[in-house]
Amino acid sequence: MRTLTAKRPASVGAYLLVAAGLSWLALVILLPLAAVFIQALAKGSEAALSALKEPDAISAVKLTLLVAAICVPLNAVFGLAAAWSVAKFDFKGKGLFLTLIDLPFSISPVVSGLVWVLLFGANGWFGSFLEHNHIKIVFALPGLVLATLLVTLPFTARELIPLMQDQGSDEETAAVTLGAGGWTTFFSVTLPNVKWALLYGVLLSNARAMGEFGAVSVVSGHIRGLTNTLPLHVEVLYNEYDFVGAFATASLLAGLALITLILKTGLEWRYAGELSASRRH
Amino acid sequence: MADAKTRRRRWREPSVLPGFGPAFGFTLFYLCLIVLIPLAALIARPWEHGFGGFWHAVSNPRVLAALKVSFGVSLLAAAANVVTGLIVTWVLVRYDFPGRRLADAIVDLPFALPTAVAGIALTAIYAPTGWVGGLLAPLGIKVAYTPVGIWIAMVFVGLPFVVRSVQPVLQDFDAEVEEAALTLGASSAQRWRGVILPALLPALLTGFTLAFARAVGEYGSVIFIAGNMPFKSEIAPLLIITKLEQFDYAGAAAIGVLMLAMSFVALLAINAIQLFLVRRGAPA
Amino acid sequence: MVGSISRRGFTLGASGAGLAMLAGCAPQGPAKGDVQALLNVSYDPTRELYKAFDAEFSKRWKASSGKELKVNQSHGGSGKQARAVIDGLAADVVTLALAYDIDQIASKGLIKPDWQSRLPNNSTPFTSTIVFLVRKGNPKGIKDWSDLVKPGVQVITPNPKTSGGARWNYLAAWAFAQKLPGGEATARSFVQQLYKHVPVLDTGARGATTTFVQREIGDVLLAWENEALLSIKELGPGKVETVIPSSSILAEPPVAVVDRVVDKQGSRAVAEAYLKALYEDWAQEIAAQNGYRPTSAAVAAKYASQFPKLNLATIADFGGWAKAQKAHFADGGVFDQIYKGS
Repeated sequence: MRTLTAKRPASVGAYLLVAAGLSWLALVILLPLAAVFIQALAKGSEAALSALKEPDAISAVKLTLLVAAICVPLNAVFGLAAAWSVAKFDFKGKGLFLTLIDLPFSISPVVSGLVWVLLFGANGWFGSFLEHNHIKIVFALPGLVLATLLVTLPFTARELIPLMQDQGSDEETAAVTLGAGGWTTFFSVTLPNVKWALLYGVLLSNARAMGEFGAVSVVSGHIRGLTNTLPLHVEVLYNEYDFVGAFATASLLAGLALITLILKTGLEWRYAGELSASRRH
Repeated sequence: MADAKTRRRRWREPSVLPGFGPAFGFTLFYLCLIVLIPLAALIARPWEHGFGGFWHAVSNPRVLAALKVSFGVSLLAAAANVVTGLIVTWVLVRYDFPGRRLADAIVDLPFALPTAVAGIALTAIYAPTGWVGGLLAPLGIKVAYTPVGIWIAMVFVGLPFVVRSVQPVLQDFDAEVEEAALTLGASSAQRWRGVILPALLPALLTGFTLAFARAVGEYGSVIFIAGNMPFKSEIAPLLIITKLEQFDYAGAAAIGVLMLAMSFVALLAINAIQLFLVRRGAPA
Repeated sequence: MVGSISRRGFTLGASGAGLAMLAGCAPQGPAKGDVQALLNVSYDPTRELYKAFDAEFSKRWKASSGKELKVNQSHGGSGKQARAVIDGLAADVVTLALAYDIDQIASKGLIKPDWQSRLPNNSTPFTSTIVFLVRKGNPKGIKDWSDLVKPGVQVITPNPKTSGGARWNYLAAWAFAQKLPGGEATARSFVQQLYKHVPVLDTGARGATTTFVQREIGDVLLAWENEALLSIKELGPGKVETVIPSSSILAEPPVAVVDRVVDKQGSRAVAEAYLKALYEDWAQEIAAQNGYRPTSAAVAAKYASQFPKLNLATIADFGGWAKAQKAHFADGGVFDQIYKGS
């Protein structure tokens, strides 16, 4: 094996290090998560469940899943294309190109929503054109999708680029030299090499797409049962002093993300041998 | 490898691999549609009263104070995340212990939890009535409704960026090199300085950048815990909202553009350093 | 490269088509079949009120016209909601926290300039006022505005720059102090003093209520009377109680039909009926039950014990919203001068 295998901590120092790392995780991440779940169950599981059965909650779930289902594949394709260009080729301005891909991370969610209003709002660049043609973008599904696309754009690309840079292009070059076509090379050489990173990127952008609040809040219009996504529904419930309902809905989001992440981690660990073997070639 | 002359003439190194055209074209097209055109709409907005209007909106002492809070606290949060993130990653990759996979999985939680929920949960924990705030209050330590609260929220949203940047590199880390150093009798400190840290530096830098960039723009999770007192705990994104509330789109866009420019320069600089490190470290 | 160029063309076309499809399937739009839809864009504290009113109005509308009606609600900060309508949110009616926000919509031509005279009482079907919420037993002995600036008292009120309700709070404090000797100058220094006692500036009224009641920050919360009554009901009657100050301000949350939207969607009749119904006694009762002061004399008499009488200043005393906004809340106004760096 080329990579190190994890071992049980052996010295006092090692135990202390593990304890320190885990305590930090517990303090920063587990504690807020626990707070969400505990507040959700403050009045028992039935109260929490009934909040999820409300028609408004169900329509919010549907809308959120729809938005994620549109955004995640688009961003996955984008991530693959971006990573292919950046990792397999050398060109001038790569730093600028990478920065543009990173940029959405640094845009305030407030701005990520506002830009779509500036473009497609009634007073925006295309406002009168859209109104004339009876096309709705902001305060409707397309606006929610666009805002989510902008926020989640870098996730898959960012997962793929370092890995593909690290792997280099020797394997693909060999395949092409031996006469394989571009798509064949991509599907039989590149994709298997990056499948875990791709899956990971997809899961992350999915989690982020479902959880995005700030940007979506600007373009949603907040119409109950029509344009409220799950995070916006959480806000509605919280503002109605329905803390149990709000945190139950938030737990649903966190739970969905946790389950997919645990599944993915499990799969990845199980196939760790295969993974490092495929990388070693 | 192409010789130096062709290299200077062409903007792209020749390669036998196909697909650069469509891949790069699609990437650029998509970037234009989702990032560049919308940002152009933002950048075009603040100039209706000329540069004077823009300057008036961003040179206000309150805006400057908010920018200082946003960028300053983000820097501190990203720095803390680099240190703690490295420890967490090291523990997750190098040691085996019960619950390791669960610990690995929850690292991503801040990506998934809606920012407003995170903000509410953190405020509930760190307010004087909360689990942690209640312990700190008798000691005279205030966290919620102070810049420390902002820092906590930013650490929360930034941690996964560092862990997920460093983890693959650490997993792939060449054991032989490190073991060779160990056999040669290098002390633990020497191994860290001479072998491990240099190899991790690009990834750490990426993690730092992403955590920093994310923290600067963060709104939802910060707003609940910040207290939002002008000149003390007011963040720049809140001032964008404040301007919008006055129907001052130009002023809001002005602050947005300035923040964008500052983040862009920071990202560009760090990406340049990172590419330099990758190129230097890459086998010829 | 020739092949790759044509492939790129295909990708461009495909994604273009994808986005076009997206744009086509917007969820709102003209209502299908016999169910007519009406969108009421409102501010935060009216959720419970309109939930009750919408249900009753739909029932009555069906009885009188035979048509199904589905009233959709959107709630949020008053200014944010006004902005959404300006930017194209297709509201048939707006019911906001202040006339200033509706004036902004009118200034973009979506509502006719005379909107405030189209319905009785400045288009305000019910009113409210600003009162205090204190901890059970009133441990700090807070009775009136002057008690708020005593040493050791912490006041919770949201940021007037982001919250419509907070502007009423501010103006109520100003109106109180203006009657003291010294007038304007006293008012200015009183309000400055007051905000020195504010430890947290939330962005909205409900956030401030949560800070006060749930997080137990501060000694007194400045709140809409209806919000104070609701939060006692919702967040535990044993924790907080209201205090009525000697004077306050008449908070008038107005309503208006968005002319351009209803004319385009053909919903003027139902939109106008909807707002008119707010003045009927059954609706006034719903308003009173939700803590709003009814304008109907009969209903007001019935709920008189719930709404103690006090001296109320009005927005007219400040020369109207446009003037008040400019003097107090705009950039560089009195409120900004309170926070001049430290």
